[in-house]
Amino acid sequence: MVLSTKVKNRLMWWSIFLVSLGPFAWLFAQALLDNLGADPAKTLVIELGVWAINFLWITLAITPLRKFLNWKWLIKYRRMMGLYSFFYTMLHLLAFATFIVGWDLQILVIEITERPYAIVGFIALVLLLPLAVTSTKSMQKRLKKHWLTLHKLVYPIAGLALLHVVWQIRSDYGDALAYAVILAWLLGYRLYKKGKTIKKLAAPAK
Amino acid sequence: MLIKQQESIKSSEITSESIYRQRRTFMKAAIGASTVMASSNLLALTDYGLDEDQLKYPGPNWLQKKLQDSFIDPKYQAKDKLTPFKDVTTYNNFYEFGTSKDQPAENAQDFQTDPWIVEVTGAVGKPGKYHLEDFVKPHRLQERIYRLRCVEGWSMVIPWVGIPLAEIIKQFEPTSKAKYVEFTTLHDPEQMPGQNAAFGTLDWPYVEGLRMDEAMNPLAFLATGLYGQALPPQNGAPLRLVVPWKYGFKNIKSIVKIRFTETMPINTWYKTNPREYGFYANVNPDVDHPRWSQATERRLPGKLLFPNRIKTLPFNGYAEEVAHLYKGMDLTKWY
Repeated sequence: MVLSTKVKNRLMWWSIFLVSLGPFAWLFAQALLDNLGADPAKTLVIELGVWAINFLWITLAITPLRKFLNWKWLIKYRRMMGLYSFFYTMLHLLAFATFIVGWDLQILVIEITERPYAIVGFIALVLLLPLAVTSTKSMQKRLKKHWLTLHKLVYPIAGLALLHVVWQIRSDYGDALAYAVILAWLLGYRLYKKGKTIKKLAAPAK
Repeated sequence: MLIKQQESIKSSEITSESIYRQRRTFMKAAIGASTVMASSNLLALTDYGLDEDQLKYPGPNWLQKKLQDSFIDPKYQAKDKLTPFKDVTTYNNFYEFGTSKDQPAENAQDFQTDPWIVEVTGAVGKPGKYHLEDFVKPHRLQERIYRLRCVEGWSMVIPWVGIPLAEIIKQFEPTSKAKYVEFTTLHDPEQMPGQNAAFGTLDWPYVEGLRMDEAMNPLAFLATGLYGQALPPQNGAPLRLVVPWKYGFKNIKSIVKIRFTETMPINTWYKTNPREYGFYANVNPDVDHPRWSQATERRLPGKLLFPNRIKTLPFNGYAEEVAHLYKGMDLTKWY
């Protein structure tokens, strides 16, 4: 019985791991087949960026979903989701630098330092670095309570990521609006919980 | 299956174009050698070497006849390598049919473009509602290869078939009050799903305009076809403006109204974001879009490892033909 739970957990882990790798595998295959249309570079960069944000939002959704669905096991996958967001974010920048800019450093520096939407995107990426580095269990133990404080960076990162999307709107703001509404809900839920906790703590003093 | 797919892309892109090019060289030689060009049907553009599945835009009968009778205008033949038919017809900005590049080709295939009425109004001697057929009838269609530079930073090279805008305008006899020409796209949310979009900032119908001297410049062109076929719906069938020295969004599609006015038309992108999009919208590497550089462009189709980034030229390389129109104007102000 114990073994079978272990096997089940392993299977679950691998399934989630592979499904999350899916967008990358699919894009990689489409790129090899030259199936990404007239402007494959742009398609690739946009898709990788979309998945970076999707995984960031999924990471933030784990805590509230765990409570709502009462799926305690979900928490085990929060680290993986966060790391996938980091993975797609890095690929997004790498694809931009390679396929759009062609590693022309002059253009790359101008793009990242002069365009507000790119600046906020780049800051978000830089802020993700310490979170990825300290994502291991041993780092978590070493940093103790500071770990939690450090990982609160995920909130400003999400805000910057949303700004990165909003500042690129040309006419159609449907997608940006959807991301904004979901993020507002994810953050609103936390504020609400926090408010309740404070009230609870305050109650006995009465 | 995968291999087969790859093969079909390659043959259509490479073979068809080399044949296309050879034919052009032959025809250009013929034009050079002969002065009876205008009366000779031997120069009819019929064979483009496209695959059969790409020959899907024959157009109405009357247009087919006009297409067969079209000629190559030797003065306007960009030397650049042509963008393959497949890319020209599957990578489009036509927000009326969706905001992503592949949506117009998906959503516009049933778009009704015949019969088509064009209303001519304003400061003009012969206003009225014209059947496109009658509108085109007095003119012989000609083919021109133009570069197209999108404000988003990519570009293409397209063989259009159509009529110089000046020829069309003259036939309506604009009055001295006609200082600008305003064009309007069809407004038909039933056929154009993008006009129903819940989260968009553009006002429909799409409006564009030119100053009269710009419209009368020989480069300004009204296209009714490309690659020797009728204009595919995703490219703005049945009638679209082509002004190659301006950013792509000036090239208004599916025109139903031409109005001659004394005041500068309010074009759609200007209306939605005047800080980013002007009325003139001349291609200018020295004036950046507020959110990105216009100094370079990526010529499509792109290959992942070869970004194909080239320097953008003033007026998209047509400075000789049009720069004089803007003499004395501060182009950083009149972007």
